[in-house]
Amino acid sequence: VNDVAIIGIGMHPFGRTEGVSGRAQGAFAARAALRDAGIGWRDVQFAVGGSYEGGNADALVADLGLTGIEFVNVLNGCATGGSALAVADRAIRSGAYDVGMAIGFDKHPPGAFNADPSEYGLADWYGETGMMVTTQFFGAKIQRYLHDHDIDPSVLAKIAAKNYRNGARNPNAWRRSPMSEEQIASSAMLSDPLTKYMFCSPSEGGVALVLCRADVATRYTDRPVYLRASVMRTRIYGTFEVFAPSLAPERADGPTVQAARAAFEAAGIGPDEIQVAQVQDTEAGAELMHMAETGLCAHGEQEKLIEEGATEIEGRLPINTDGGCIANGEPIGASGLRQVHECVLQLRGGAGERQVPGEPRVAFTHVYGAPGVSACTVLTC
Amino acid sequence: VSSLANTAGRLVADGLLVDVDGAVHLLASRCADCAAVTFPAQPSCPRCAGDLVEPHVLARRGTLWTYTIQGFPPKTPYLAVEASFRPFGVGYVDLDGEVLVESRLVADDLASLRIGMAMELVLEPFHRDQSGEDIVTFAFAPDAGTPDGGQR
Repeated sequence: VNDVAIIGIGMHPFGRTEGVSGRAQGAFAARAALRDAGIGWRDVQFAVGGSYEGGNADALVADLGLTGIEFVNVLNGCATGGSALAVADRAIRSGAYDVGMAIGFDKHPPGAFNADPSEYGLADWYGETGMMVTTQFFGAKIQRYLHDHDIDPSVLAKIAAKNYRNGARNPNAWRRSPMSEEQIASSAMLSDPLTKYMFCSPSEGGVALVLCRADVATRYTDRPVYLRASVMRTRIYGTFEVFAPSLAPERADGPTVQAARAAFEAAGIGPDEIQVAQVQDTEAGAELMHMAETGLCAHGEQEKLIEEGATEIEGRLPINTDGGCIANGEPIGASGLRQVHECVLQLRGGAGERQVPGEPRVAFTHVYGAPGVSACTVLTC
Repeated sequence: VSSLANTAGRLVADGLLVDVDGAVHLLASRCADCAAVTFPAQPSCPRCAGDLVEPHVLARRGTLWTYTIQGFPPKTPYLAVEASFRPFGVGYVDLDGEVLVESRLVADDLASLRIGMAMELVLEPFHRDQSGEDIVTFAFAPDAGTPDGGQR
């Protein structure tokens, strides 16, 4: 079994880029990643890619070169990027290939997603009656979580404000202006208790990662980052997920818990060793809940950590250092790969104004999406 | 008490609701092997993967497990997408510990919704189509609560 290294990263800035297709943003990211790795597209032996609304990922071969390689398209909701990476990781780990690319891009229209019930195994009435709305799930889940753990809802604006502050330090972010907790808390109530500025928005962007067998990584770069684990999981019976017309009476651990646990186990690294993390912040409550579901802290401990500044870039557990989904928006195909891109920059010491101090060496990423999927990675340098 | 028999308009879908003794109930499926209850009814069991399932009538009353308030107009395929928008509740109601059903929530004051409050099943005409016919779906409302089980 081979270990896997990341030797090249590339990104098209997230946000809104008029006149540039999602695929073109993907091609931009791919070229940047190839330059970073110091190789050409002809050196890439396989690729795995995903896009929800930007067209088939393998259409990129027309832009990058018709070299005849295996190029697999993946689609797993908001976890699409994480799934692409998990598949690419396995292709190298198994010995099938030495060098490959994981890529994702997207371009969504403004506003909440209008998902089609039939794509999720649901009947038309579910959407026709107004329940096919992802924001409802996040509102309902955090409502119950705050109740169960006796957490003050004011922590939600604090989380969002931190992510806008981090985005302001990231030249690739979409939202680059800090926003006060008061502005966030007093913006339109979209899905009680979550306001407009607590949510991320669908956006545009592209990210590509060049991977190779770890034992040859130093041929390409003197700063390889090792992908110690890359795991994707779906829901089990009894979890509470997006687009669920009914739930079992007993609660089970969600796909986030399962994916994070499996990733830490495969990496042989514990959550207490993580020095920088990117977790799915579809909205501020998601970051709060995912901090504990991933094992980075205990349930109910988040409020104290946030109050004492632990999740800030200068804190002891920096979370969403690039501004997360809240400041970057969410191009579904690219979002999970953005998190890995950010962790690679942090581990290389190349994150500029938002660099986590103290030369972090262990990082973690987590995506979550409909209808109950999650993907996690553990990275070291 | 809401019943299909005394409600005008067209149901948004068949197979979701059934009248039992003059009162409307949600219709679920129950696994013959492991007893897991699923709404809407489906032909196999999501817990044990068995395919022996039978129709199962759910309780009309339950408690609110969690909720939110939909504060902006949903996009299509929401039917009332053209109508003037009024926020509506959405949440999960625990029905006798058998299953938690996701539902629209109706209340005179949505701000009064609380986790743990008693709820009862109602029929809600949530949209009027172009021909002027009401489209009706299930919803839960705070339980007006009578000792005889709501037989007002």
